[in-house]
Amino acid sequence: MLDDPVVALTILVLALFVGFEVIAKVPPLLHTPLMSGSNAISGITIVGALLAAGREEQTLSTALGFIAIVFASINVVGGFLVTNRMLGMFKKKKS
Amino acid sequence: MNDQFIQLAYLVAAVLLIRGLSGLGSPKTAPRGNLTAAAGMLIAIVATLLMKGVVSYTVIIAGVVVGSTIGAVLALRIQMTAMPQMVALLNGFGGGASTLVASAELLNYMREGSEPTGIVPTAIVLGILIGGVTFTGSLIAFAKLQELLKGAPLVYAGQRFVNALLSVALVGAGVMMVMTPLDLNPFYVVLCLSLLLGVLLVIPIGGADMPVVISLLNSYSGLAACATGFVLGNSSLVISGSLVGASGIILTKIMCKAMNRSLANVLFGAFGAVDQATAAGGGSTDGRTAKAYTPEDAAVIFSNSRSCIVVPGYGMAVAQAQHAVRELADTLEEKGISVKFAIHPVAGRMPGHMNVLLAEADVPYDKLVPMDEINREFPETDVALVIGANDVVNPDARTDKGSPIYGMPILDVDRAQHVFVIKRSMNPGFAGVQNPLFFNDNTMMIFGDAKGTVLALVKSVRDLV
Repeated sequence: MLDDPVVALTILVLALFVGFEVIAKVPPLLHTPLMSGSNAISGITIVGALLAAGREEQTLSTALGFIAIVFASINVVGGFLVTNRMLGMFKKKKS
Repeated sequence: MNDQFIQLAYLVAAVLLIRGLSGLGSPKTAPRGNLTAAAGMLIAIVATLLMKGVVSYTVIIAGVVVGSTIGAVLALRIQMTAMPQMVALLNGFGGGASTLVASAELLNYMREGSEPTGIVPTAIVLGILIGGVTFTGSLIAFAKLQELLKGAPLVYAGQRFVNALLSVALVGAGVMMVMTPLDLNPFYVVLCLSLLLGVLLVIPIGGADMPVVISLLNSYSGLAACATGFVLGNSSLVISGSLVGASGIILTKIMCKAMNRSLANVLFGAFGAVDQATAAGGGSTDGRTAKAYTPEDAAVIFSNSRSCIVVPGYGMAVAQAQHAVRELADTLEEKGISVKFAIHPVAGRMPGHMNVLLAEADVPYDKLVPMDEINREFPETDVALVIGANDVVNPDARTDKGSPIYGMPILDVDRAQHVFVIKRSMNPGFAGVQNPLFFNDNTMMIFGDAKGTVLALVKSVRDLV
């Protein structure tokens, strides 16, 4: 897919800039949910884990992929759920 | 499934993740933002499952079920005070997953006997390295926050030298791995040294500096995912990883600024390892003694007041006094006294932690005012009520060049008409320095456990005002 490293690097740098722009606007009030939410997003590694575990041949890579899927799903599910729980506390009441 | 279709799905996923993060710009849009990001993640996962190379689903389903169950139980059970540990743990799992994926890819190249080319070998090394450091570093941070390990910095002679030597060896093994990617030995060395380095880098860092450390590890977990993206040539990993990397870097910077320390100083300074000499000598008390008062005395002052700013510190959360504090705020407002909360950036154990703790106790979020805004208001405020905070209200940070916390931005509570400080004893705070605020003429010390004292204060105010 991203065979050309220069293209990948371009995406990386642009995404970093977008990240800085977007995240600088998050108020200190929400920094903890930001952290747990971005944590969930770093669980995107699950995509790599799926590729490693889903190959036809079952090898040592499959085993590593399996553990990686477990880790990354804890990250994704735990991260989004706990963020949702926290944001619910900020949502309910407005004096 | 068509490769282009999958790439488009990744693009949609990336857009949703970015939209989701920008939703966190305000408390009103945030819950929806979080759901948007989750939807983006789901799309990325489904698209991946449809890829040609993914054929055996049993292992995948098993892994997802196990991981999701653990994640869900953690997320629903965790106490808000323990959120820093939770985040540390999640960082660790993210980093660990990236290491595993990079390793699995390398083993797969070996099995197929095809040499990885271009940027891939370097990306494999970086994925294993950053992920490994994140994994064990986060576990140590978790253990310190959970108090399984002592929070104090663990230092020994030649520590920096050992770490430097280890880093050089790691770079050396990394270079070898890039040059001979199909050789197992340098891979083992890189893996083991990364895991070891994560431990050694975090053990010398004190409990008070954990907000910086988990922010930094947050950033690393993103960068590890990014590196893995280069290994797999997968754009969704590169984009999401760099978003998280950027977020962690920003939070790290904010935390360092709030403590007036450079990142290098936090990482290598072993702050709080205590210099007993300065600790004892610090603080311009001039032989004055702190004056102790009762909640009833405080209520008398409240009866002549119109405004109050509450300054909560982590001591309040440790005493589980959030709900009592909210009750006090409600009582004061019933009596016509306006109440706001002053939130220092490092109040609590991670960025924004205090806001979450107070929100959980049903304090409306528009009463939570960040430091820069609230500092203007102290001179016109009748009562500043400090509960379980110490270093963040130490005026020495403004004036005493010899103080270890000199230059740290603080909440200017001493400029209020009256200052009440609820504190268990005169013990110094995290930084181990004495606080001259306690000896000021306009300061009333109310000694006692935060929760009991605040409840007594509620009662006195009800009776009297």
